[in-house]
Amino acid sequence: MTTATGRSAGTGADEKPEHSADRTRRFGPGTPLRAAAGFALAAIVLFAVAPLVLGDFRLNLLAKYLCLAIVAVGIGLAWGRGGMLALGQGVFFGLGGYAMAMHLKLADAGPGNLPDFMQLYGQIDKLPWWWEPFANPVFALAATVLLPVFVAFLLGSLVFRRRVRGAYFAILSQALAAALAIYLIGEQGTTGGTNGLTDIQGFFGFRLDDPLNQRAVYFIIAACLLLMLALVRQLMHSRYGELLVAVRDAEERVRFLGYDPANVKLVAYMVAAGMAGLAGALFVPAVGIISPALIGVVPSIEFVIGVALGGRATLIGPVLGAIAVAWAKTTLSEQFPAAWTYLQGLLFVIFLAFLPNGLASVAGLVRRRRPAPADRKAAQPKSVPLTAETGGAGQ
Amino acid sequence: MSTQKPAGLRIRDLRVVFDGFAAVDGVDIDVSPGDVRFIIGPNGAGKTTLVDAVTGLVKATGSAAFDGQELLGRKVHHITRLGIGRTFQTAAVFEELTVLQNLDIAAGTNRGLLTLLRRRKSVPDSVAQAMETIGLTSARDRLAGTLAHGQKQWLEIGMLLVQDAKLLLLDEPVAGMSQDERDTTGELLGMLSEDRTVVVIEHDMDFLRRYARTVTVMHAGRILSEGSVAEVQADLKVQEVYLGHAKATSQALVQEV
Ligand SMILES: Nc1ncnc2c1ncn2[C@@H]1O[C@H](COP(=O)(O)OP(=O)(O)OP(=O)(O)O)[C@@H](O)[C@H]1O
Ligand SMILES: [Mg+2]
Repeated sequence: MTTATGRSAGTGADEKPEHSADRTRRFGPGTPLRAAAGFALAAIVLFAVAPLVLGDFRLNLLAKYLCLAIVAVGIGLAWGRGGMLALGQGVFFGLGGYAMAMHLKLADAGPGNLPDFMQLYGQIDKLPWWWEPFANPVFALAATVLLPVFVAFLLGSLVFRRRVRGAYFAILSQALAAALAIYLIGEQGTTGGTNGLTDIQGFFGFRLDDPLNQRAVYFIIAACLLLMLALVRQLMHSRYGELLVAVRDAEERVRFLGYDPANVKLVAYMVAAGMAGLAGALFVPAVGIISPALIGVVPSIEFVIGVALGGRATLIGPVLGAIAVAWAKTTLSEQFPAAWTYLQGLLFVIFLAFLPNGLASVAGLVRRRRPAPADRKAAQPKSVPLTAETGGAGQ
Repeated sequence: MSTQKPAGLRIRDLRVVFDGFAAVDGVDIDVSPGDVRFIIGPNGAGKTTLVDAVTGLVKATGSAAFDGQELLGRKVHHITRLGIGRTFQTAAVFEELTVLQNLDIAAGTNRGLLTLLRRRKSVPDSVAQAMETIGLTSARDRLAGTLAHGQKQWLEIGMLLVQDAKLLLLDEPVAGMSQDERDTTGELLGMLSEDRTVVVIEHDMDFLRRYARTVTVMHAGRILSEGSVAEVQADLKVQEVYLGHAKATSQALVQEV
């Protein structure tokens, strides 16, 4: 039975149950304890520190950044874990945002009335049929997530089965983002055109110009971010998460184990789309607008840049990266509007070239330089561990 | 189990054409259940392409059936689910996953969505057993990418074990292995073949003599000779082809005659 046992790796014979694999790992990266501590810390920062330290204006900015971070969490899953360079998340962000904004515009206008911009452009005297269901709050809320998920399902089913991968997938995603933006601009009478849906007053009965309500919106967004992080963490550490990494690294090989990689990728892609949709929906009450400029090619790329910066295969990296990029954009683009675009491109190139696993991998690099005594015997991973922040998956 | 159907692997007039070049050019092969069939032949003979065709990786015409089920025209993962497993000429494991994770994925083809979305709470028995068999129990939490070449090959064999394939197609499983590692692999092969049908592509003649039950010799996309080890070695056509192509191999063959 044990033909090759003698020749196995010299890491010492330890046949322990799954969870006590390594004493040093009990509080190491990736353990539930470490994760719980991380979530607690994040919750304290988001729910206590930030609201205390930041004024209304800055807290509102942070709310906007957190929306972008939610998109990034999804991209981290699809790209970092699934290898799908989702360069068109603006589409899903936009679908979620418009779904929410349509409902809020209808609610602002009141039953039976047309939203203000439709009256303004004056070519319509009846609400377009596809606007009507969005008057229903339940439908609209569900649509903010389900509509992007459904579109991702259609697109993913087509694309992944045809084995469109890599650059082609990225370009296709971009094209879609461009197409949606162009469509929205063209349909000014029913979509608000270039301006988008603006001047949103209320949020399910609450006035958005009230700072207190704005704070409430911030808290909702922060809670959603934590929830999405928990969801993605669960996915990463589940058997599905392991399978997803396997598909990312050797899609063909997975087929020979009897799986259809298209389905595996589809799930991650749909989850990422749902998150982008949710983020778009939350963006609307936080910022008060959704427009083609927020969902087209450029914002789609910016979503990804943040993720690349932070570390795409990690849990927290995309969040930090997205917030950092959004913050830098706000700060720098005010002072050097022209320079920002170039700086952004430069950052992207530098990070992909020198730190392909993002800022989050710096911690891993430092750790590796001084290995813990218990780790010294074990072989070091050839490349970056699956998760810099969350450690080896599947512990 | 339907006992009426013809069991084993049955290939008829198999043809694989790449841009007008027939890499496999009308091959008939029968491998009966429980056999350990070695396929040998010079480089470029079409051995790997034959396995690729059977496992759905390349398009082929003709017929290839296992236990009466036609394989050609099906998708790779459907073919796998019929109980056909393979390894690759260069070890193909998931380098960024641990040994345990590699095996667990291989064992999990039939898991439902709910199981997939949860963590692995314990090591499945089949996985633990396979790890023991391939001698990687103590390397359980190592990333597969850090394993030695031989260990990777064993991990692949372990994946076939937990996959519970009934027909195994191994593409040069001992290439690049030391003598010790070859012996170990041979033992593994013996175990595998106890209740499975095994097809091995191999250049190593010593390995072939020790573990083959039957041999098929391919050359330029066709079957050159077939039979027991002794029969094939005595075949003059085989000697001729090997003299023209690979000296070392031919000597190994002729020595025995
Ligand atoms: N995808 C492909 N496209 C074009 N030609 C191919 C392709 N795959 C294989 N070939 C050609 O088909 C022929 C058979 O290749 P194959 O890999 O099956 O040989 P082999 O018997 O496995 O050789 P080796 O012992 O070197 O592994 C070779 O001439 C090869 O160049
Ligand atoms: Mg070959």
